[in-house]
Amino acid sequence: MDKKKRFAVQALSTLLHNADFRGFFTGRISTSPAKSVCVPGLNCYSCPSAAGACPIGSLQNSLSAQKFRFPYYVLGLLIFFGAVAGRFICGFLCPFGFLQDLLYKIPFFKKIKSFRCDRYLRWIKYVVLLVLVIILPLCVKLTPFFCKYLCPSGTLAGILLAFSDTRLFDLFGTMFAWKACVLGIIILASVLIFRPFCKYLCPLGAFYSLFNRAGVFRMSVDKNRCDGCSACAKTCKMGVNPSESPNALECIRCGECISACPHSALKYTTVFNKDPAEKEESAQ
Amino acid sequence: MKKIIPVILIVISAVLVAAGCAAGQPDSVFAKAATVCLECIGIG
Repeated sequence: MDKKKRFAVQALSTLLHNADFRGFFTGRISTSPAKSVCVPGLNCYSCPSAAGACPIGSLQNSLSAQKFRFPYYVLGLLIFFGAVAGRFICGFLCPFGFLQDLLYKIPFFKKIKSFRCDRYLRWIKYVVLLVLVIILPLCVKLTPFFCKYLCPSGTLAGILLAFSDTRLFDLFGTMFAWKACVLGIIILASVLIFRPFCKYLCPLGAFYSLFNRAGVFRMSVDKNRCDGCSACAKTCKMGVNPSESPNALECIRCGECISACPHSALKYTTVFNKDPAEKEESAQ
Repeated sequence: MKKIIPVILIVISAVLVAAGCAAGQPDSVFAKAATVCLECIGIG
């Protein structure tokens, strides 16, 4: 996949996620009917230009409502997005992922590709999903824990909203200071590490990753063409070895491995397409 | 089996969305999304 094409898709998706620019001038968030639909990426609905509802915020809001109702609608949309695209959404559609990609482009003398506990830290996002997004909002009413204590997209939305309506600056206190620290750390880390929030903290990425092996959109390796040169593994910034596990939980479908493969052994596919090995078998 | 799972997931998601729409859940999603979430922006 051409890097420029992916960049264009990401920029377009970010614009579509934030298509209602009026908020920047009025200091109010959008109230268009489109806000009853969840967007696929992580994009706070309190951003002045947000055109849709944040799926994680909506899920927590449903779970922590005063009168509990099973969140059929939000969960249905999340499963639909996951089943169709999986973490392709992270790689191509998520506005916060795009922001981290842009930050990683900032030159720094030493970029961190991997470190000792990297593998284990990846599991934190599943804990965040289970504890902050599901269990705690279920137990403590009217408290969206992930949004309140961790979500950097919300903090960014707050800052943008405050520039649109400066009265908000007076209301910022200790909680905002905490969230601003989290956002600051994530921004700094994004300059050094490729997509640290996606790798270690994002509950939406954790949810979509469960569909990488069960969804429609896949990646496949033509074992007849692959000679095990590891060019794909060396180029993967998410630390995946695509030739061994093309549908790994961590794969965000950025397609850099496809471009890097000298033998064109990797490609995007769907579950309905036959594997190259299957094709060969049926031809014989 | 590999091909059936995504189809089952999409059918389940469609059923869930339909059930949610029937229960009026898009309205509650809208109600939350159309007002500033104080917790999200670090005030609440």
